[in-house]
This record gives sequence, C-alpha cells and structure tokens, in this order.
Amino acid sequence: MKAASFAYARPDSLGEALALLERHGEAARVLAGGQSLLASLNMRLSSPELLVDVTGLKELSGIRVQGDALHIGALTRHCEIERSAKVAQHVPLLAQAVPHVAHVAIRNAGTLGGSIALADPAAEYPACALALEATLVIAGPRGERRVAARDFFRGLYSTALEPQELLLAAEFPLLEPGYRSAFLELARRHGDYAIVGVAAHARVEGGRLCDLRLAYLGVGATAVRADRAAAAIEGKACGPQTVAAAQAALGEDLDPLPDLYHSAATKLHLARVMTGRALAALVQ
Amino acid sequence: MSQAPATEFQTSFVLNGTPVTRRVSVRQHLVDFLREEMGLTGSHTACEHGVCGACTLRVDGEIVRGCLMLAVQANGRKVDTIEGLSDSGELAALQSAFHERNALQCGFCTPGMLMAALDLVKNRPEATRAQIRTHLSGNYCRCTGYHAIVDAVEAVLEAQREGAKR
Repeated sequence: MKAASFAYARPDSLGEALALLERHGEAARVLAGGQSLLASLNMRLSSPELLVDVTGLKELSGIRVQGDALHIGALTRHCEIERSAKVAQHVPLLAQAVPHVAHVAIRNAGTLGGSIALADPAAEYPACALALEATLVIAGPRGERRVAARDFFRGLYSTALEPQELLLAAEFPLLEPGYRSAFLELARRHGDYAIVGVAAHARVEGGRLCDLRLAYLGVGATAVRADRAAAAIEGKACGPQTVAAAQAALGEDLDPLPDLYHSAATKLHLARVMTGRALAALVQ
Repeated sequence: MSQAPATEFQTSFVLNGTPVTRRVSVRQHLVDFLREEMGLTGSHTACEHGVCGACTLRVDGEIVRGCLMLAVQANGRKVDTIEGLSDSGELAALQSAFHERNALQCGFCTPGMLMAALDLVKNRPEATRAQIRTHLSGNYCRCTGYHAIVDAVEAVLEAQREGAKR
C-alpha cells in the first residue's frame, strides 16, 4: 500500500526541529531511519500530518565516551553500532544484540534512537537499556532532561517522551572490570521479530554471578526486567540447582502476552530456556 | 532556516552516476519514484513494508529497502539500482552464476537478491555458506527454496577467492 498524504520538513537545527514539534504536537512524527515509521505509513497504520526529518541534526549523532558512560547519538545506525570499536569495548551487550536487529538492509538505515523511541516490545535495545540501566537524553521546549531506562518505557509503544520532545541520545554505563554480558534471541528465522530474547549482565567472580541484571524482550507490552529471577541466583555459583531456581522465579517476573503463534505458557517456557543459556554464557 | 513544511519538495541526487533533480511528492517512496518517474522498473514493489527485499537499492554504497525510504530523503545522496549495476558490469559474475545454477524461476525477487548478494561479495569475500544465508535472510524468494541462490553466491565467492590467490 501507499502512505496517505502528509507534509514534510527537514529542519537544519535542533531549535527548529523542537519548534516544529511544539507547534504540531501529536500531529507530527519524528522521522529518523524510517524503518518502522515508513512501514506503518505504507500500511496506513498511522497517518501523521507532518514528518519532521531529523537526520540533518548533528546534535543527534556520534558515539563518544563521556565521563563513565558511552554516549550514543540517537541517529546512530544499527550498522554503525555493529562496526563500532567503542561499543564493542565499552558496551559489549549492544554489540551482541545488534546482529539480531532485522536484516542488513534495515540495519543500514534504522537507528538506535528510533528503536528506543518507538519502544516495540520485541526490539533489542530497550532490553539492553534496562539491563545496563542506561539513561535517555531528551530535548524539549524547556531544555534537556534525562530519564532512567526504568522510567522511560511505559507501555506498548509508549514512552516518557512527550509529543513535543526529541530523543537526543542514550548513555550506557561503561563496562566495568569483571563484568560480562550475554544477549540471546529466539526467532523463527534470522532477523525476524523475536519470540523471546534476553539481555543479561553481571560481575562474574569465580563462577558466581554478582550484580546480575536480566531483561527480556518479546514477552510483554514493554521490555521487562526480571529482578526476582536475578535475586534467586545473585551471589551464587551458576549450577543446575541455582539456574533452576532462577528459572522458577522468572514466573513471578514475567506475565507474557501470547502472540499469533505462541501461548503465554510457551513464551514463559522459552524465556526460562533462554535464561539458562544466558546464565551459562555469562560464566563460560 | 530550512524550507517550511510542504507536501512537495525539490530533490537532487545522483542516480546511477547521473545527477537528477525533480520535484517530488513527499509521500512517494524511493522505489515508486524510480519506477514511475524515472522508468526504472527493475527494483520491484511487493510488500511495501520492508519485509520482502524485492526493492533493495544501494544508497551511498550501502543496501537499503527502497520502500522504507522516501524519495525526498535521497536528496544529496548517491543511488544505484539494478539497472545501473547491470550496465556497469558490476553484477556480471553474479548474474551469470544465477543463470548457470538456476537461481531464479519467476525472477521477481532476483533484482533484490542480486543487490543483497553483491553487497556480500564486495564486503565479505570470506563469507561462509551460513553467512550467505544470514546475509540474504532479508530477501524472500517464493520459487527456488533458496538453495540454488546460495549455490550461485557461493560459486562467485569461491571464484573470487581463487582469483585472489593467483
């Protein structure tokens, strides 16, 4: 199908972009890589009056170490995350997650900020942001504000972003010594939407998992942290009994939504299987 | 100050090596523009929501979904289509391998397959059979069952590696 009619603007500055968003409010949508937005326009699932193309704004680009975080501009494309030595060194979880993001041709256009701002529950970055306790940097009419990932993802395709605001960047804490990450995803075919996925991050001390963070995708209206499952194995050696305890506790964290092909019970089962694999990968 | 919001925009880009400037309707995606305004019908429109890969184009040297890019977004960029890369000979080895190995039946997916395969042949010359499959995972073929396509791409990669050794 073809998109319905809309107007388009390509602001040259952040101020101009924010003025457009303030003037048009919910009638406007931000266009970055367009890999989800244009699909939804073509399918006529949404019909905004105005697209604000932010791809010319330099404030939204670049990957740099800033204090104790890696600052990744919202316009950073998936393929740039895939190739970034800084990401591989400082935020290996993202480097592990990005090959699961769709297909090459989509990774060449889609952006980190677009994925986070859309908050698709099957997307990879929101789960990474929750596991690593990232901070989202947002610009709006009253200046900049920073929101913790935990407070950012509110519901199905719903975030803390107001219609007149723009996501500038995500900041991920730099990998600390002793910490390891694992990202695993189950899909029917490489690059398809995740049935279930898990982002795991912990300090590994002689086979014991400390400060363990688990976050899941594809199992709810948003990416979900599983703090009870993590607590069940926290500080303990990773073995069959402790892994089973974490897998059992996962039932208290997750209340999966069924999809077209998988019941809630199947999703929970698969999440438990993926948990076992992720914990094993952390201590490997 | 940029241009005020509008439903038509002037767009200039380099298409298959030739500069093009047109006034485009902003709702028109790049493949529709190429097919309907430029007469380049080699890039196919099928799903039009980024799933099938039949519209694969090369923009600034990287493959993208032509249906998930507006024509207006091509402004200032370099766009290569199946027509341009056929004429330049860049695709010749893949085209003859597809022919020899029966890697197409109805041919609908073939332009997109060739664009995705060329990206692999150029950028990942060491790719294994599994990596070929992963690289082509964004392109649907409803006839061949993919084996012959993977065979053809593998043959080109092997010939390229043999050539590099000599």
